[in-house]
This record gives sequence, C-alpha cells and structure tokens, in this order.
Amino acid sequence: MNIGVFVCHCGSNIAGTVDTEKVAEAARSFPDVAFSTDTMYACSEPGQAGIIDAIKEYGLDGIVVASCTPRMHEATFRKTLERAGLNKYLFEMANIREHVSWIGKDKEANTNKATELVKMAVAKLRNNTELHAGEFEINKRVMVIGGGVAGIQAALDCADGGLEVILVERESSIGGKMAKLDKTFPTVDCSSCILGPRMVDVAQHPNITLYAMSEVESVNGFVGNFDVSIRKKATYVDWEACTGCGQCMEKCPSKKAEDHFNEGVGTTTAINIPFPQAIPKKAVINANACIMLSKGKCGACAKLCPTQAIRFEQQDEVVQEQVGAIIAATGYDLFDHTLYGEYGGGRYPDVITSIQYERLLSASGPTGGHIKRPSDGKEPRNVVFIQCVGSRDPSVNRPYCSGFCCMYTAKQAILTKDHIPDSQSHVFYMDIRSPGKLYDEFTRRAMEEYGARYIRGRVSTIQPRNGHYVVKGADTIMGTQVEVEADLVVLAVGAEASKGAGELAEKLRISYDGYGFFMEGHPKLKPVETNTAGVYLAGSCQGPKDIPSSVAQGSAAASKVQSLFSKDKLASDPQVSSVAMQRCVGCAKCESTCPFGAIEMTEFRGMPKASVVETVCQGCGVCAVTCPQGAIQLQHFTDNQILAEVNALCPY
Amino acid sequence: MPVLEGKELRIVGFLCNWCSYGGADTAGVGRFAQPTDLRIIKLPCTGRVNPLFVVRAFLNGADGVLVSGCHPGDCHYTAGNFYARRRLEVLRELLDVMGIQPERFHYTWVSASEGQKWKQVVSDFTARIHELGPAASFSNCPAVTVETGMKAAI
Repeated sequence: MNIGVFVCHCGSNIAGTVDTEKVAEAARSFPDVAFSTDTMYACSEPGQAGIIDAIKEYGLDGIVVASCTPRMHEATFRKTLERAGLNKYLFEMANIREHVSWIGKDKEANTNKATELVKMAVAKLRNNTELHAGEFEINKRVMVIGGGVAGIQAALDCADGGLEVILVERESSIGGKMAKLDKTFPTVDCSSCILGPRMVDVAQHPNITLYAMSEVESVNGFVGNFDVSIRKKATYVDWEACTGCGQCMEKCPSKKAEDHFNEGVGTTTAINIPFPQAIPKKAVINANACIMLSKGKCGACAKLCPTQAIRFEQQDEVVQEQVGAIIAATGYDLFDHTLYGEYGGGRYPDVITSIQYERLLSASGPTGGHIKRPSDGKEPRNVVFIQCVGSRDPSVNRPYCSGFCCMYTAKQAILTKDHIPDSQSHVFYMDIRSPGKLYDEFTRRAMEEYGARYIRGRVSTIQPRNGHYVVKGADTIMGTQVEVEADLVVLAVGAEASKGAGELAEKLRISYDGYGFFMEGHPKLKPVETNTAGVYLAGSCQGPKDIPSSVAQGSAAASKVQSLFSKDKLASDPQVSSVAMQRCVGCAKCESTCPFGAIEMTEFRGMPKASVVETVCQGCGVCAVTCPQGAIQLQHFTDNQILAEVNALCPY
Repeated sequence: MPVLEGKELRIVGFLCNWCSYGGADTAGVGRFAQPTDLRIIKLPCTGRVNPLFVVRAFLNGADGVLVSGCHPGDCHYTAGNFYARRRLEVLRELLDVMGIQPERFHYTWVSASEGQKWKQVVSDFTARIHELGPAASFSNCPAVTVETGMKAAI
C-alpha cells in the first residue's frame, strides 16, 4: 500500500498547539507511508486539490487525514478520494483537533499524541479493503410525530410537495401549545386565526392521514424503509360516526373531569371535544371521569347521540405503517412551578402559570376572555408577572434560557391593559431577552405605551394578606427591597422537554441531551438532521423555540425529506457484517444476538451457515463479538483492523 | 511504556461513535482541558468491544483501558450497550485472574451532549491510573496462552 498522510493546521486551531510539521515528518517513518505533508486547511478547495494531486503524483492508494473529528469531515474527504478515483473506504481520519489541540496546551504532549493518532490511523488503513455500496428502494412516505405548529408546517410542506404524510398526535386534536394561546407576539395576531386555517388544511389535505389520540409504539427499519407501529388509544367514540355536534357534552352528568386543554382552569365533562376549532372535531371519553366506564351506570351520551357513535367497549388498536422518513416534532412541556415553594404555586389559588393566564385571556377559554381571579372571580387590578420560573436556574436543573418567556410576558402585560384599562402590571425580570425581529420594540411598547412596571430582580416570597398577595423581591437596579401588592400573580414558566421524549428518542434511536431535548446532527450545520439517517427534527423538541423558529424548522425538515426522496434509490452502507463461510460452524449465536434480526440461517452443502441480510444490518458489530470462531466480521471494523490500532498504541 | 519521559501513561479508550465519541468531541469543542494520556479508538458501538481487545491492550503494555458508550437504553443500535455491559462486567471479574489490576479498567456511559462529564471521566480515570503507576510488564508471561484462554471463555 502507498499511504499518503495529510496533517491539517486548521488555521491556528490545530497548529496553535500541535507541531503539525513534526507530525508529518514523523509519519514518513510509519510503514507503507509514501508521502506525508502538512496543509493549511485540508477541507478547503485547495486542500482537497492538494490531496488529489498527491494521489496522482505519488500513486497513493490510501489516505490518512489528521484534522478534525470524522463526524465533521469524513464524508468530505471520502468524496475527495472518489474524485481522485480511489475507493472511499481506503481512508482514515485522525482526530487531532477535538481530541488533541482543543483540550490541551502542552505543545510537546500534543504533538506526541497527534503523532500516535496518525500512527494508529495508518495501522488501521493498512488493513482496510475496498467496500462497495449496494442500492435499495425507498418508500416515499413520511411520518410526522407531533401535531403542533412545527409538525403541522412540516406535514403540509411535505404533502404539498406530493408526499404521503402520516401525522401522529397524542392528544385528541392537533394544534399543540399554539392552539392554547390567545394572541401571539410581536404582532398580537389572534393565535387561532392564523393556526386554525392551517389545521383545517391538514384535515382536508388528500395526502395527509391524521392519527389523533395516537402514539408511536415502535420504530424498526432504517432510512427509506421504516416500519412503524402506532397505538390508537381508545376514545370510546366511533370517530367515523361522530359528527362533532357536541350534544353529548351538554348532557354528560360528569362535569368534574380535568380540563386538559384549559390547563386545569375549571373543569369539563367526561365526554369532551377540547375546543371549538379542534381538528379532528370528534368527542373523546375520559375513562377516569366517565360514570359508565368507572361504575357501569349512566350511558346518557349513548342514549342521545344522534349518530349512535358511543362505543364503551372500544379498545386500543395498533396499526402498522411503512414510511421512508420520520420528522419528530413533539414540542415541549411547561415547567412545574410548584417546585418553587416560595411562590406558593399549588397552595395559593391566585398564583397561576402563564399558559393558564393565556386561557383566561382567550375568548374561547373558561371565562370567555374575561380576566377573573380563580379564587373569587373578581377582576384583578394589580397583576404581578414573575419571569424565569424554571429558566436560567441551575438549582432546579433548568440552567438554560427558555427564550420566549420574556416575550410572552410582555404580550400578556399589554393584553392585561387592553382587557382592564385601569390595571397595573408589574414584571419581575432577570434580563430582557428579545432578539427577534420587532421583539425589542414590542417589549418597549409594553413598558412605555402600556405602562408595565419592569422591576429587575428576583422575588423572594409571595404571601397572602387581606384577600390579596404581597410579593416581596429585590430591585437590583435601585439596590433596594420592594414589596408589591398583587391581586393576581402570573408565573412565566419556562420550557422543558416533552414528557416521554426520552422514550421516543430511544425508539427512534436518536440522541437527547441531559434535559431530554433531542440532539441535532450538528449544532450549526445540521440543525434539523439527527445522527440517525432519515430522522429529522422540527420545533421545540430540540430546544425551546418561538413560533417563527418552529415554523421555519418545520419547513426545513420537510425540505430535507424532499431532498432525501428526490432519489428513487439510496446507496446502502457497506460497513455491515459479512460471514466467512468456511469458518462458520452454524451455531446461530449471531442470529440470536442480532438486535435487528439481520442474520438468517441458511444451508450450504448440508451444513447450517449464517448469512447477513445486508439491507437490514445496521453495522453495530454485536455479532462479531459473539462469534466463537471469528467467522462473522463487521467490515471496516474487523478484529484485525481494531487490533492493529491497539498494537499501534501499545506495541509491547 | 514511559511516554514523554514518564509524564504520560498509556491509556486506551474504546468509544462508541454515537455517544461517547461525540461527547469527547463536545468536550473538545467546549475547550474542556483534559490530561493528554488517553488515546481514543472509535468503534461503531460498545457492543463491538470484544473483551479480547481490552486484554490485548493490557498484554501489549496499556496502563489503563477505558470503554465508554451510550447510556443504557439510549443505544443507537437498540441493545449494543446492554451486550457490552454484560461482557465487560464479566471481563472485570476475570482481569484479576489474568494478573491485571481491575482498577486499571473502567467502563462508563457518556452521551454526545455531556462534554463536561467526559472531561470529568477522563480526568478522574487518568488520575487513578497515575496513582497506580505504570503497569507491570507482561513480557515474561505466556501471553498467547492467556489470550487463547480468554477467547475460549467468551
């Protein structure tokens, strides 16, 4: 083998703490290395041209690039090799940036480590073989998980592009958090006026199949060929027959069911359509609150339903769907404010969350759009808003900024003045974060035009006194303690990962961070991709986002799916397992350990032998470790290749 | 093997591509300073870690071996790290028999977002290996026998 080694400076990123010239010089003494040099930016156009020229000039048939992480540029350099006419698997990368130059300043130690990583890469490359990708068909259907604004946008964009879309929503209606909002910042648009038509578009689109009250049970397969099981939860109503007339709700005697849509402000009936614009507009029975389902008596709804749609005996149903790509848009949940005992959440009736306040402001909410205190139904005069409840606070494991709370608080302060002109809003804040288009102007309007009093500082306690509350806090600009009398306290709760996000991530085999938010492929360059091919992200499941960003990301994810589906066939990854027939003894241990069922037992001259289904094999290598004969090997990560690396590092 | 006149010891890391290798990258991008002793070998999954690799590293002069992958339940390949956990747990019990101090071996789970945790894992493990000092040489041991025995055992 004629190996060429290219040691990248990455500007000063590597060359600052690694003597790249010395590394390149040392590499010349490694076996099979025919050419070695250092280069300013290996990934740049001239850098890649240099590699191609060297391949031609020195007859190189294997390349090592020592630069950044292969997670960044392995694909780039593999393409470079292909352009030079080499097989792209005759390439290895040594990570001397993330794993060397960026984590230590000792130039001698770094240079030594970088040299050894190059030595290791050369040792592995000497055992590499040419691999050739196969081709497989793709199923051009897409599943969108989550019917919030991001999921709706992604589904509509895909469907408008001619793709068949499966939209899975766990609630009984799509719309997500946005459907619960009264107005949106900074335009003070009516939320349901802009979202409603889009929801209707989803319902009427011939390319979209909507599964509401459904959850993804399992996901198998790989890009282009996912098999999905979807659990349709029992609604106890035949949705084919239900017309959404709502008569059942009027007559249901059980009126104490938790009003999920109104965030627990007030109660609702056991059989319920969550809100007037719901899509699909179908009734659902809450089994816990239903007298018939819990006690076996009643059945009032069944008696008067004009279409006889009630089915008390209905069970969950699991349906199978085949899709080629998946967009996760599962959104977020709101922080549980009762963790802040000093604010009295859960103890004081008039300390409510911002989304509960949103429901009070909404004309379709429980109070018909009149701001009434939950305790006595009176109109408040003094409203205190407390920001950063569950944001930027490591003590409750929420050190991140939720991003949109500053803005919705300003909006709610403006709406409060609109609803009650002689009211006064007070906002306790830490910093105002309003970086979006027209956002800062909007918060200024709240202060200057609507007279909201902004106080910079944290609140220490809220105490009830004579029918209202005393909010004690610091004013860190004045350097004093302040007390504000409040009739109503609104906590601007931050965002956290949606419940069950971790479990879904595991089903989708994507990564999630310590807070449960899904990880993008790269924080800058792959914002909607994941590390699992064919799975994309949209909206707040990736981190807190406002509506414009969620919509933008929904469209971005849809366009990624479109470009994936622009090909009829995809190239399969040849880094899969393969069986050496003569060594296989047919024990079938690999078959039983393979997590994907990618190994089948076949017969060869009357002997049982293992055989790999290459399109199903994901390339984990569990089988290779299991085989007592070393007969099944993961290509590109064979025992010999890995042991060559070990030997290069530990030569005694 | 004395590296850099004894300032470094020989530590080999077997990392899965999806979580811990990404975590080590995240630590790098975040400029979390770490000791320089560790050399990382990238594998698709900790399920690919044959205990034999670990033993071979020790036999060939490693002073410490670290295996790190995705948190249990979070495996890119569904179950690879569960297999790894069982194998490595057994391996740890066997190390003593082979004359390798079990303290020189460690396996852990670090996700791609946990740069800070990775720094901690590397720092702690490197400190532990430095406390133990260089490993005894195996040059007089019948290495082939040990290796064959291991292969039969797994």
